[in-house]
Amino acid sequence: MKRIALTVLFGMAVVLPPPAFADRMPLPTNTPASYKAECGSCHLAFPPALLSANDWRRTVSGLKDHFGTDAAVDGKNGQEISAFLERYAGDAGKLGSAGEPPRITQTARFIRKHREISAKTWKDTRIKSAANCEACHRGAAQGNYNEHDISVPELRR
Amino acid sequence: MRALPALCLLLASFTSQAETPQQIRQIYAAEATALQAGFTPAGKRGEALFRQRFSNNDKMPACTSCHTDSPLNAGQHAITGKSVKPLAVVANAERFTDQAKAEKWFGRNCKEVIGRACTPAEKADFVTYMSEVR
Repeated sequence: MKRIALTVLFGMAVVLPPPAFADRMPLPTNTPASYKAECGSCHLAFPPALLSANDWRRTVSGLKDHFGTDAAVDGKNGQEISAFLERYAGDAGKLGSAGEPPRITQTARFIRKHREISAKTWKDTRIKSAANCEACHRGAAQGNYNEHDISVPELRR
Repeated sequence: MRALPALCLLLASFTSQAETPQQIRQIYAAEATALQAGFTPAGKRGEALFRQRFSNNDKMPACTSCHTDSPLNAGQHAITGKSVKPLAVVANAERFTDQAKAEKWFGRNCKEVIGRACTPAEKADFVTYMSEVR
């Protein structure tokens, strides 16, 4: 009987999709190489769903002064990146305002998802910046933001 | 048949990763020589540039701010914390194998750290150091 129960449990684990669907945000398979190269070198190539189309448009048009850095891209790459980000952008209503200039970390969704992270933790040298998703979400580059896969042990749930 | 090597080079020039670090050093050295007769790239000067501290950017006063004191090490972006692959060719075979990419990052990083564009001589020296360092 125990074996049957285990088999059923195991079967469910294999067949059922992971429950935390919103924690999976892999880049679309048709993500242009320009996005990964131009926007994924200094920070993670963020999932487009984390900002609204309007906020992405403002971000790409302001790359010349991107949080103090000149991250300008040439016209062709800029258009390709902008079209991609706007196509796969998140729902403005669900994300909430991202502020000025738009920041993923200022959206209501990001704040709600990270509300239990203390100010002290954000300052941890292993994390350095809230833009450093991979410091905690070790599978972020593959789109895994599940809270059980946190690489800082004291934050794992 | 004698045209085959030239044809191969021509074909290679159409792919994005066509160059070797030696070729990229050669391109910069040729530009430098045009400005200054008798120029020879020197790894020692490249190392000095790599370690020099500038007063342009508090968060990134030197190359080492993100790339660490050793080009053999992986680095970490001084602001975002993102990991950066080693600069030394011996530690990272992808380094200086794409002229356009090298030029793009010299352009961005020289401006951000030094506050001006790097000269062809500085780039030739830098690539020489990164190719030689063990």
